[in-house]
Amino acid sequence: MTEIWQGLVRAIELIVTLDAEVIEITWRSLTISVIATVLASVLCLPLGALVHFRRFRGKRLLISLVQTLYSVPTVVIGLLVFILLSRSGPLGGLNLLFTPAAMVVGQVVLIIPILLGLTISALSSVDRTIADTARSLGASGPQTAVLVLTEARFAVTAAVIMAFGRAISEVGIAIMVGGNIRGFTRVLTTAISLETSRGDVELSMALGLILLLIALAVNLTLNRIQR
Amino acid sequence: MPLIETNDLCQRYDGRHILRNINLSIEAGEVLALIGPTGAGKTTLLRLLALLDTPTSGAIFFDGANVAGSPRFRLEMRRRMAFVLQKPMAFNASVYDNVASGLRWRGLGRAEVRDQVERVLEMIGLSADRNRNARTLSGGEMQRVAIARAIALDPEVLLLDEPTANLDPVSARRTEELLAAVIRQRSATVILSTHDLAQGQRLADRIGVLINGEIPQIGTSRDIFVSPGSREVAEFVGVENILDGTVLSSAEDVVTVDIGGGLIEAVSDVAVGQRVSVCVRPENVTLALSRLSSSARNSFTGKVTWLSSAGPLARVHVDCGFPLVALVTRRSAADLDLHIGRQVYVTFKASATHVIRTERDS
Ligand SMILES: Nc1ncnc2c1ncn2[C@@H]1O[C@H](COP(=O)(O)OP(=O)(O)OP(=O)(O)O)[C@@H](O)[C@H]1O
Ligand SMILES: [Mg+2]
Repeated sequence: MTEIWQGLVRAIELIVTLDAEVIEITWRSLTISVIATVLASVLCLPLGALVHFRRFRGKRLLISLVQTLYSVPTVVIGLLVFILLSRSGPLGGLNLLFTPAAMVVGQVVLIIPILLGLTISALSSVDRTIADTARSLGASGPQTAVLVLTEARFAVTAAVIMAFGRAISEVGIAIMVGGNIRGFTRVLTTAISLETSRGDVELSMALGLILLLIALAVNLTLNRIQR
Repeated sequence: MPLIETNDLCQRYDGRHILRNINLSIEAGEVLALIGPTGAGKTTLLRLLALLDTPTSGAIFFDGANVAGSPRFRLEMRRRMAFVLQKPMAFNASVYDNVASGLRWRGLGRAEVRDQVERVLEMIGLSADRNRNARTLSGGEMQRVAIARAIALDPEVLLLDEPTANLDPVSARRTEELLAAVIRQRSATVILSTHDLAQGQRLADRIGVLINGEIPQIGTSRDIFVSPGSREVAEFVGVENILDGTVLSSAEDVVTVDIGGGLIEAVSDVAVGQRVSVCVRPENVTLALSRLSSSARNSFTGKVTWLSSAGPLARVHVDCGFPLVALVTRRSAADLDLHIGRQVYVTFKASATHVIRTERDS
């Protein structure tokens, strides 16, 4: 019991003294997941609008497929991206495996379903009359989409924040395609799992606390938006 | 050349005919009111004209060009019009941004947008609310903002779907005054739908009656109200006395119609044997206590069966072998001491009737 207490005190010390390694790992985690979230958003918001506004065969099926993928295990995506990026894989020539870029790719793939699915449901919660009103005032297709996205801005922002939360807290992809290389691809989650197994509980606890704080910040922001 | 023309326009939803063979021809600068009961297809027709929907069959010509073109062409055409939907919907933004939206979509510069929006806000009397979120407006205010959003665009064609429905009488009057001002000030072609006949008369040059997805009659309000073209139109425009019968004889433009409970003389040139409906406006029916020796050809005795008030007038139902409704002033109702069961003499002129040919009984 005392061991845990001592560990916790040391962990807090590491955080408040802005330990170089703690800061570095946290910063890398944030950077990778923010980039992944931004990339996935740039892709999913227009794509979501396209799916929502276009009428095509298999639309329902597509949407339920996307929703099924919300909870796809991260290791499955890790495996998929690993195969794609490995030397003999189709994208092996890019030499991305075990780089932060590979982790970004993995996280983008991971959060695309959530972001796409939640964008589509955000758009469908906007009254159809809004789109009709826009068109009746001379809005083009893309202009109508932007307006409806703006009308759904709270739900869309919530979707983006949720996707970020999923990206920063996953561990499977980061380990499998990042490799947890110290000073290069080590992020909060991979560091925690490695340091714990190596017995450095203090560092793990410090990083775990930070992860919790980030999760708390994400949730507080979500609550603010949804209120 | 008419500005807008439709050619056998049809719209079907789930196999149901909502609009059937609509042929309209609207001149530039004209104000046309589409009147019709609820569910007649007014919104459906306006949505087609606003290029929001595509018809099942038929064509729409705008300024001579068929609008069934590419999306880009339809957008270009749509930008020459503005449509105020039946259910006014605020964008979740300030009143200013709401009114500015259409101008911005057209790529106008900041200064131009500002001038135009300020001018229109002034006109609708909501300048002070420019920074308010439009979602917080009352129904009447929102309807004015919806109209402002449209007129800010200076459209060649302004389409309005029941602009005063769902408003209290005061807001409805304000909105109608605003529309009247817009119509006076601009040369825009206006097509509006309403189920308020009087509003159609006040605002429009021409009235099209839309019943059951068809336009049985279109013309000046006088045409429609004085000589409705069909029994349905007569019913819709509030002709209360519609008497069905067969023409017995005809002499010098006056026909005698057997309506079962009596014979009616009416000015008309229809042939003997023709099935007709004779329309008599209640305000043209006179009541008296003794038989009047007037030139009125139609004179009957009857008993009052029902009395109700209609503003400054009294509506009197009389049974003269057939039912007839008369509108008299309250004053004369009192003078005549009208009450249920009272015997009265009923007269109306042959020239105060309007005869409609009807199909043979099926
Ligand atoms: N998208 C649709 N799908 C199926 N039926 C529809 C659709 N739009 C309209 N209808 C039907 O078409 C008919 C005409 O509707 P429309 O809204 O044009 O009537 P309206 O004259 O505008 O009536 P109101 O005065 O109540 O607004 C109605 O019976 C309606 O149920
Ligand atoms: Mg309607």
